[in-house]
Amino acid sequence: MGWYNKRLSKSIWVFHVSASPCNNCDIEILDLLTPRYDVERFGIKLVGSVRHADVLLVSGVANNKVAPKVKYLYEQAPKPCFVVGVGTCPASGCCFKKSYNVPGKVEETIPINLYIPGCPPKPEAMIEGVVKLVEVLNG
Amino acid sequence: MKIDYIFYLLIFPGLLFISILGLLIGWVDRKVSARFQFRVGPPVFQNFNDFFKLLGKETILIKEGVITIFIIAPFIAFAMIVLVSSIIGISLFYSTSFGGDLIVVMYLLMINSVMIILGGSSTGNVYSSLGAGREIKLLLADELAFILICLVPIIKSGFQLQLDGIVSSQIQYGSYIGSISGFISFVIGLLCIQAKMALPPFHIPEAETEIVEGPFMEYSGTLLAFWKLNGFMLYVTFPFLLILLFWGGFNPEGPGIIWFILKYLLIVLLIIVIKNTNPRIRIDTALNFFWKYASVIALVAVVLAVFGY
Repeated sequence: MGWYNKRLSKSIWVFHVSASPCNNCDIEILDLLTPRYDVERFGIKLVGSVRHADVLLVSGVANNKVAPKVKYLYEQAPKPCFVVGVGTCPASGCCFKKSYNVPGKVEETIPINLYIPGCPPKPEAMIEGVVKLVEVLNG
Repeated sequence: MKIDYIFYLLIFPGLLFISILGLLIGWVDRKVSARFQFRVGPPVFQNFNDFFKLLGKETILIKEGVITIFIIAPFIAFAMIVLVSSIIGISLFYSTSFGGDLIVVMYLLMINSVMIILGGSSTGNVYSSLGAGREIKLLLADELAFILICLVPIIKSGFQLQLDGIVSSQIQYGSYIGSISGFISFVIGLLCIQAKMALPPFHIPEAETEIVEGPFMEYSGTLLAFWKLNGFMLYVTFPFLLILLFWGGFNPEGPGIIWFILKYLLIVLLIIVIKNTNPRIRIDTALNFFWKYASVIALVAVVLAVFGY
């Protein structure tokens, strides 16, 4: 599988799952995909359909209403599929931790492979996070 | 004789050549597009990485809908593109006919669009069927103009339907692009192939921002890999057809190879420039454009060709 993982690490297609975020992380994700940072250099591409995705970028706390949808999206994604939690929300719940409509951590809904903490994380931090994912893939 | 045909179909102008050149030209497209947006762009083997990655991914099949058509549509489209590329390539590179003339080529080129329509509408997904419907409308829009411009080289070569006849007539009397009707139909042909490949400004069926890849939305893994490969192979087929019909074909002697490569790259560059400088148009605008203007101009070109201009 070494050869295949190398191919996978050079062509990561990301799908953006906004699981009830406050929208800051989403704006930073969109910043990441602008020509200034040019992630197409590494083969990273934003896709519109979850069927084409290799990585799900989850931002937000996944509240009661959204959590089943997030789980459904993860089940519909073709495997191998990795989940990256963008921002502090998927990692710890941030300031929404004790909110009435938050069922718990996102990790209880879907397995998360990598966290990029920050509120919101800078695009540089996200690139570093994805590079770490690639290193894991390359062994 | 039989072994020759297998070589033609599988290796030189056929499968291997078309797919490798298509993936490389797909990289040229992405790189030049990136330079248009002041980016760096992907590395050379990006499309190969994408293709092999998609081959290894899980292929999710649909629960409802017509599953057979869902599976075979990309493969039929792939086979048809390989076949039509071999027919065009053999006429270009070997100056012999390979069991098919221009009418067969026109039919086979349409099958790709038909398969996109079938594959898209077989899934039962709303966005996919919307995309398939748009593909039908786009096919109806561009097909008339495309058939009309294909008539021009037939008329100018003295009513020959064989591809090698058209090429040899051009070698004898000069390229058709030098004449008025030939030039007009070349320009219309460039716009038609833009629509047939569903590239911007005619990427109405795929429209990532509204109907998320349209007919390809439900596809994943191997099937998606073949759809992507089909898209890249069309970057080879259509420019080759345009060179064959209007721009003098391929001359194997002397600097002919360099001229051929330059002609090919110029057509691809024109496609990429049109792609990057135009926003997506609506379906009614596309129909208006092709039926009111492009078809009329193509008809004028046919009339001019009849009178020998």
